[in-house]
Amino acid sequence: MGAAVATPWTARARRFEENVATREPAWVKGVLITIALAFFGLFLLLPLMTVFAEAFRKGWQVYFAALVEPDALSAIALTLLVAAIAVPLNLVFGVAAAWAIAKFDFRGKQLLTTLIDLPFSVSPVIAGLMFVLLFGMQGWFGPWLMAHDVKIIFAVPGLVLATIFVTFPFVARELIPLMEAQGREEEEAAIVLGASGWQTFWRVTLPNVKWGLLYGVILCNARAMGEFGAVSVVSGHIRGRTNTLPLQVEILYNEYNFAAAFAVASLLALLALLTLVIKSLVEWRGRQPLNAGEESQGVPA
Amino acid sequence: MKIIHLTRTLLVLALTVGASSATLAQATLLNVSYDPTRELYQDFNAAFAKYWKDQSGETVTIQQSHGGSGKQARSVIDGLEADVVTLALAYDIDAIAEKGKLIPQDWQKRLPNNSSPYTSTIVFLVRKGNPKGIKDWDDLVKPGVSVVTPNPKTSGGARWNYLAAWGYALKKPDGDEAKAREFVGRLYKNVPVLDSGARGSTTTFVERGIGDVLIAWENEAYLARKELGPDQFEIVTPSLSILAEPPVTVVDRVVDKKGARKVAEAYLEYLYSPEGQNIAGKNFYRPRDPQIAAQYAGRFAKVTLFTIDEVFGGWQKAQKTHFDDGGVYDQIAVQH
Amino acid sequence: MSAGQSRRVLPGFPLALGYTLVYLALIVLIPLGAVFLKSATLSWEQFWTVISAPRVLASYRVSFGVSLLAAAINAVFGLIFAWVLVRYSFPGKRIVDALVDLPFALPTAVAGIALTAIYAGNGWLGQWLEPLGLKVAFTPLGILVALTFIGLPFVVRTVQPVLEDLDTELEEAAASLGADRWQTFQRVLLPVLLPALLTGFALAFARAVGEYGSVIFIAGNVPMVSEITPLLIITKLEQYDYVGATAIAVVMLVVSFVLLFLINGLQLWANRSRART
Repeated sequence: MGAAVATPWTARARRFEENVATREPAWVKGVLITIALAFFGLFLLLPLMTVFAEAFRKGWQVYFAALVEPDALSAIALTLLVAAIAVPLNLVFGVAAAWAIAKFDFRGKQLLTTLIDLPFSVSPVIAGLMFVLLFGMQGWFGPWLMAHDVKIIFAVPGLVLATIFVTFPFVARELIPLMEAQGREEEEAAIVLGASGWQTFWRVTLPNVKWGLLYGVILCNARAMGEFGAVSVVSGHIRGRTNTLPLQVEILYNEYNFAAAFAVASLLALLALLTLVIKSLVEWRGRQPLNAGEESQGVPA
Repeated sequence: MKIIHLTRTLLVLALTVGASSATLAQATLLNVSYDPTRELYQDFNAAFAKYWKDQSGETVTIQQSHGGSGKQARSVIDGLEADVVTLALAYDIDAIAEKGKLIPQDWQKRLPNNSSPYTSTIVFLVRKGNPKGIKDWDDLVKPGVSVVTPNPKTSGGARWNYLAAWGYALKKPDGDEAKAREFVGRLYKNVPVLDSGARGSTTTFVERGIGDVLIAWENEAYLARKELGPDQFEIVTPSLSILAEPPVTVVDRVVDKKGARKVAEAYLEYLYSPEGQNIAGKNFYRPRDPQIAAQYAGRFAKVTLFTIDEVFGGWQKAQKTHFDDGGVYDQIAVQH
Repeated sequence: MSAGQSRRVLPGFPLALGYTLVYLALIVLIPLGAVFLKSATLSWEQFWTVISAPRVLASYRVSFGVSLLAAAINAVFGLIFAWVLVRYSFPGKRIVDALVDLPFALPTAVAGIALTAIYAGNGWLGQWLEPLGLKVAFTPLGILVALTFIGLPFVVRTVQPVLEDLDTELEEAAASLGADRWQTFQRVLLPVLLPALLTGFALAFARAVGEYGSVIFIAGNVPMVSEITPLLIITKLEQYDYVGATAIAVVMLVVSFVLLFLINGLQLWANRSRART
């Protein structure tokens, strides 16, 4: 299995390395690899290692004590809850948007695609500000909500809204190009053969895009659980009630409790790593059938 | 169909959250406070919960929220349902009265001592051995001295710091407004990092090793020395400083809606009780009660204190002249 | 014509598009509209005064200047990175490839405290850099480090697939015509990679301009020197200056929109030039 995973990769690079026309002198290769690895070490590996090193600086006991502390536990629970609401909503949206954009032609399609990307380039701080303007006591709906005792900001709904906004494009962005590339023929054939719309979606479309969908969902999830700027504006920072994990990191950091701050941070870093592992698996699974064919042709044994 | 489902989910969610806080309301208080009071209210909340249980038989849970004073006031104005606010300066609570209309304008007259159950002042934290020989405010404006203080725009403590420096320069024998402005301008030229809150500055100074001197709340300086190593830091008290009065108040609109006025008022009054004053003293605040203050007198250096009212004519005026957009601080910052 | 046909054949268009539009309006358009509406309570002169105050102008210089620099660094190193990942085999390559996405997945606050711990004067690297006169944390250089970290995956991930799909014939033809590798890269490969490279650059830039979480920990936040625009929005907000905060937010939003349309244009160009080769 391990060998199977490695084959397309090494084989692919080897294709370039063995071709006189596409390879560089050994020293150029060496220099480029060194630069890339140095950059990698400095900017990616070092921060990651720092999180864990700082988390364990005072030993395992301090580490675990920081994680089972009631405020940390409630931050974990809140983070999970927020992600559990935000991610499925964005998932449904992503599928609907991708179906409309990839399978149909209509005017304003390009504009719609751009608008879906919008939250990606909006500063998280502005994302938080918007919801304060809308639902804050000084905002448009605030007084009405207050009168009816419905809390949006400084409560779970506000955190959910801010998170949905920030992670809005992730699933759609992943699915649209994938479904566009897959074309419409298969679905059209299914319909012609008498399948209903839902049947077509579940049996034809979904199996085709499931890996891309999964990738979009986990990326969406990682961002949902890790968002800081936007939720910081709408949270109210009530200990044990409206603090998500990233906010808990900030609080502990501000209490001179650096080991605990990094311990909680390491949970989030672990989540990030897990996301990357799943992502790599997904990519490999998604590519596998394609690669197998391509490789067997491209590389003479 | 999906849309209906979505709105229904959101509605149910919103109602659940709203309802759950309503049923708990009787026995929960939310205290929205500023940065350096974390340890104080940790101790005080435990003591008050016990006291309240003995008094009324009711179990009270106190939730805390901490952050920069301005940010906290902003949250309350925007609808964070604080039963009591315990902030760094009266101006921020004034804002809650003015912009949020959640409390009456004369809130500060409702409790003794300007509604400030404890006071503090502004001192310097320096590294062990005081390598730059810092003794008084004049040493902070010398070239080559690096000073850490938070951003006066966002931090209450930072405004006290700024005003203390200003007052010192003004009260010098040949001091006047122009000289004070020049003095404070030079001081901020020596500041390499402006964190948004007092806690951020302490972390920068202590943990990151930036700066030769931290201008800080007295209680914050003592706490930092206690928590992070008495062998690493020294406290320097200047010859003259400002009397910082962090005020407290009940948020009327919230407690009346929740029916929590009684317990909220008892909570603040307990701050003035001997037990409350003792806890304040233990956490390096200066108690108001003369008897209790006498017990802790040995902890604090003697320092001449001036009040904001006598030098600046109160918070409203100070804020307007110095910290509003286009105010003196902005003019100084731009000259950087 | 085929469009007309498929619209007839495939079901679900009204539902999918309707849902998409409603959700988009509720979550994105209406809230963003609120920002513009709020800033409209200012007169044009007032608006202009707020967004052109010296401190605000300085924050644009920091935010946009450093973001541009970070995106440029990422364009260069990202290209090398993508090249190495596609063209060479070396041990540990799969792990390196997987970890490129770390800045996507790692919460920005975590990145912020980790980078600060590394580059502060008493940090892992800071203690070696500081004696050399190189202060990173709490200076604009620190912001540059944070924004470079944030933007790294964008260039790599936009260039990598293009590089992978590239036919070797192009280079073989160039080689047979006597071009050396550098000439081939400059004249043949770079023009093909350019659209993707620019897209990655613009994405990294867009992301960096709005970044908040990782920057506030490592920037000194000193006005005129190391204060970023999102921090200024927060600062205004904490002074109860809602309108001022939204005015600056509007400036940033307009820049985001322009960038986004630019990116979309670039992507179209990239797709077309890919289709052509």
